[in-house]
Amino acid sequence: MLHTAFFSRPGSLYQELSRVQRQMDALLNQALGGTGNIRESRPDVYPALNIGTSPDAVHVYLFASGLDPEKLDVSLEQNVLTISGERKDAVDENEKFYTRERFQGEFRRAVSLPEDIDPDQVEASYNDGVLHIVVKRQESSKPRQIEVKS
Amino acid sequence: MSQEQALQKKEQQAVQTVQEATEQEVIMQPAVDVSEHANGIVLRADLPGVHKDQLSIELEGDQLVIDGKVRLDLPEQLDARYAEIQTSRYRRSFTLGKDLDGENIEADLKKGVLTLRIPKRAEVLPRKISIKSGD
Repeated sequence: MLHTAFFSRPGSLYQELSRVQRQMDALLNQALGGTGNIRESRPDVYPALNIGTSPDAVHVYLFASGLDPEKLDVSLEQNVLTISGERKDAVDENEKFYTRERFQGEFRRAVSLPEDIDPDQVEASYNDGVLHIVVKRQESSKPRQIEVKS
Repeated sequence: MSQEQALQKKEQQAVQTVQEATEQEVIMQPAVDVSEHANGIVLRADLPGVHKDQLSIELEGDQLVIDGKVRLDLPEQLDARYAEIQTSRYRRSFTLGKDLDGENIEADLKKGVLTLRIPKRAEVLPRKISIKSGD
């Protein structure tokens, strides 16, 4: 099951605990004015992101629905990947809103990636509202089989 | 059935009920915008990662239920390092008022945003009454 990488089995106690933990962290962060990396914002902002690593690449998934991919800006400086853009819905001027939970406006998110990435090999695709960024890792850091000579 | 077996069965059922209950708790509620205009209601929901064939919109009585499953393009051998989204399911339900026409909802899913247009029933729409001049 590929999905188990990010989405732990529903109903697991661990998952519940970690969800509660994240909510507590978010609350504490708000109360204390933020901790951790200065560029990394608290977890419930738009867009949410997941990061995973495979033997040859780092994969970043940004849950950013309703964007124009042309207006997205993805940049990599040192090992910090920055994604910024703007979400602006086309809204009819006669619409009166009761609920507005969805994020509108400019956003910027930054994440530090592992040291062994190759900044020249970055690819990004946007499907069903998810931006998938693949940053290849350097050849030298891939696990390799060492032959034992007899 | 021996007493022991009966006990075992009861235990299994209890475990199952707990599992089902917990499963429901780990479903995400998508963020929505709800607005009204002269002819009806517009509901927009953020469902990033949900493809059209993984989305179900159901109307039961006046209960509208949106249910979607996230499908990501994941490589093999992926180790999660950091995850803000840890559940792959979105679900949220709404009660439509009697003035809304649930039979004629228009749904559109684009770039992970679901837009539902729910029209008002014809009989509640404001009607222009023409006044005939008496001369």
